[in-house]
Amino acid sequence: MNQPERQPIIQIQNVTKRFGPLTAVDKVSLDILSGEFFVLLGPSGCGKTTLLRMLAGFELPDEGRILIDGVDMAKVPPNKRPVNMVFQSYAIFPHMTVADNVAYGLTLQKVNKGEIADRVNEALNLVSLGGLDGRMPDQLSGGQRQRVALARSLVMRPKVLLLDEPLSALDAKLRLQMQMELSDLQDEVGITFVTVTHDQDEALSMACRIGVMNKGEVAQLATPSDLYEFPASRFVADFIGTVNLFEGQLIVDEPDRAVANCPELGRIYINHGVTGPHDALIWVAIRPEKVGMAKPGTYRGRPDVPEGHNISEGRIKSMSYLGDITLYAVILDNGRMMHVSRPNISRTDQEDFTWDDRVTLHWHGSSPVVLLA
Amino acid sequence: MESWRLNKKLFASVAALPISWLLFFFIVPLGIVWLYSFGRNAGLTEVEFSGTFANYLRAVEPLYLEIFGKSVVVAALTTVLCLVIGFPVALAIVFAPEKWRPYLLLLVMLPFWTNLLIRTYALIAVLRTEGYANTVMSWGWAGASGLKTLVGLEPLPAWEPLELLYNNFAVVVGLVYVHLPFMVLPLYAALDKMDKSLIEASLDLGASHWRTINRVVVPLASAGIWSGIVITFIPALGAYLTPDLLGGTDSQMIANVIERQFKRANDWPFGAALSFILMYATFILVAIQSMRSKEGSAR
Ligand SMILES: Nc1ncnc2c1ncn2[C@@H]1O[C@H](COP(=O)(O)OP(=O)(O)OP(=O)(O)O)[C@@H](O)[C@H]1O
Ligand SMILES: [Mg+2]
Repeated sequence: MNQPERQPIIQIQNVTKRFGPLTAVDKVSLDILSGEFFVLLGPSGCGKTTLLRMLAGFELPDEGRILIDGVDMAKVPPNKRPVNMVFQSYAIFPHMTVADNVAYGLTLQKVNKGEIADRVNEALNLVSLGGLDGRMPDQLSGGQRQRVALARSLVMRPKVLLLDEPLSALDAKLRLQMQMELSDLQDEVGITFVTVTHDQDEALSMACRIGVMNKGEVAQLATPSDLYEFPASRFVADFIGTVNLFEGQLIVDEPDRAVANCPELGRIYINHGVTGPHDALIWVAIRPEKVGMAKPGTYRGRPDVPEGHNISEGRIKSMSYLGDITLYAVILDNGRMMHVSRPNISRTDQEDFTWDDRVTLHWHGSSPVVLLA
Repeated sequence: MESWRLNKKLFASVAALPISWLLFFFIVPLGIVWLYSFGRNAGLTEVEFSGTFANYLRAVEPLYLEIFGKSVVVAALTTVLCLVIGFPVALAIVFAPEKWRPYLLLLVMLPFWTNLLIRTYALIAVLRTEGYANTVMSWGWAGASGLKTLVGLEPLPAWEPLELLYNNFAVVVGLVYVHLPFMVLPLYAALDKMDKSLIEASLDLGASHWRTINRVVVPLASAGIWSGIVITFIPALGAYLTPDLLGGTDSQMIANVIERQFKRANDWPFGAALSFILMYATFILVAIQSMRSKEGSAR
């Protein structure tokens, strides 16, 4: 992947948008860097579309500023902004052929006919729709329509391409394929992409950086792996992937190690320092794939984990086999549920865990994440 | 739906009443009038069915052709004005805040619920020489005159009321007023159905509002525009009351001529022939429109 230039193309500064009593976007500040694939991720109704529409100019912020390429957009109408949008419904003009749809924006500029034809062809080839230029939109499949919408925006060579849930109307298989194609395309054209989605897998697989939104605010801004491994809050940990969350208190907090005491999980050893208030309420998050599972009595401890830490006993309540991995729900002896996942590395599992088996759960000192909020 | 047709007895019993209604009160009288149009006046109340085409030949005499032509021009002008006024109105209603929309539509519909005669007399009160329109204009005139004297100029000459009533102008105003809802409603339906993100997409691609209306809104609303045109033009072409009450001696339309044949002139066969020529013209228009819309939906 190209190393994006570290320079913000979009600066969102303290932007607030209200609809009557509802605050759809609440004091959001974030920079989107030139050439990056930025994804806005969040649950339904958290204000993603509203934020994107403010970038396109269809909504105006009640407070704050938006700068695109250094220019304040407050007085710039949608048709004068250096951004283009791919709509969730694609919004392809039904009364025009594919080629006319793609050429629409160019015919409004002073571009001569020959160049229009060249650029339309180039854009259609880019999204592998070459040869369909004469078709009417109702003769296209959903995926093809999505590509027409993409080509129609790309042909304008915008500084930023805004995409509102571009893949949500496609079936799972096609969506996966289009995810990869979108990433490749973004690499190829080098345009900054800002995509909205509520699908975390989509966000993780496509994004350079993700802004997680919750109730109109940005909860965390990070790379996909940082979001997953170093979530900043319970909301983010819970929203991205599956997580086991336990309440507790920090009882040891040294520069190179920490210990948390969780009433429902025992003592948790952490092999690095954490900055947290002593004796205050904290949460410990552990991802299912970072939990080991052993038959009772076979677990001999880990060299780096002190005796009696990072271990718990329970009973398998349910399991679901997903092909590549198997998910287990383990009921701990105190009644709490813990999710564990195991990759199916060999075709028959020698250990062969099944329903109602008693198991010992254990994890590494680097696995738990301490969350303060 | 299919099973309805299969159950013939039930279908027949349900359909019997409307079908016989149509037969006795529409088809049969229409057939009689059609026969009249090939007849000849034989005495004061008698019509002889002679199978003659004389009535039709008389109908295409220059005198009547001119009135036909004039009716078409007046109806076409009415339709164009309704479209020019109605399109922005429909557009405004579609883009008005959600909670206002029912009330705005109600405003458009309201005249429908008032008797045509009352509406037309109300218009007379507005347009006549001492009417509201002239009164308001005379105030404006007096004001302008006063201003001129205030700055030391000659006052304007006395206000001469405009002749707004009993002429072609009054007929067109009346027809536009009466037929505007016929235009606004199909336009509203077509525009309301349109995906609003298409408009945003057009703006997003750099088009101005004006271009967006020309290249996206109008083409997509074309079905609604055509049905608005047809259902405005047809009743306007056959308008009777409005030219009768608001028009002068030279602003008669074809319906007024037809009425005169059946009443004062007592020439039913000729009146019947004129009526049928008007009906054929209407049929052709409806046929063209339905062909158009079929083409549109086939695409
Ligand atoms: N035009 C509007 N008028 C009133 N409220 C609105 C309007 N547009 C959005 N909202 C409200 O603002 C909030 C944020 O909406 P937005 O469309 O930005 O959510 P979203 O994050 O895109 O959700 P989704 O994933 O469901 O598309 C929602 O509660 C929505 O009901
Ligand atoms: Mg949305």
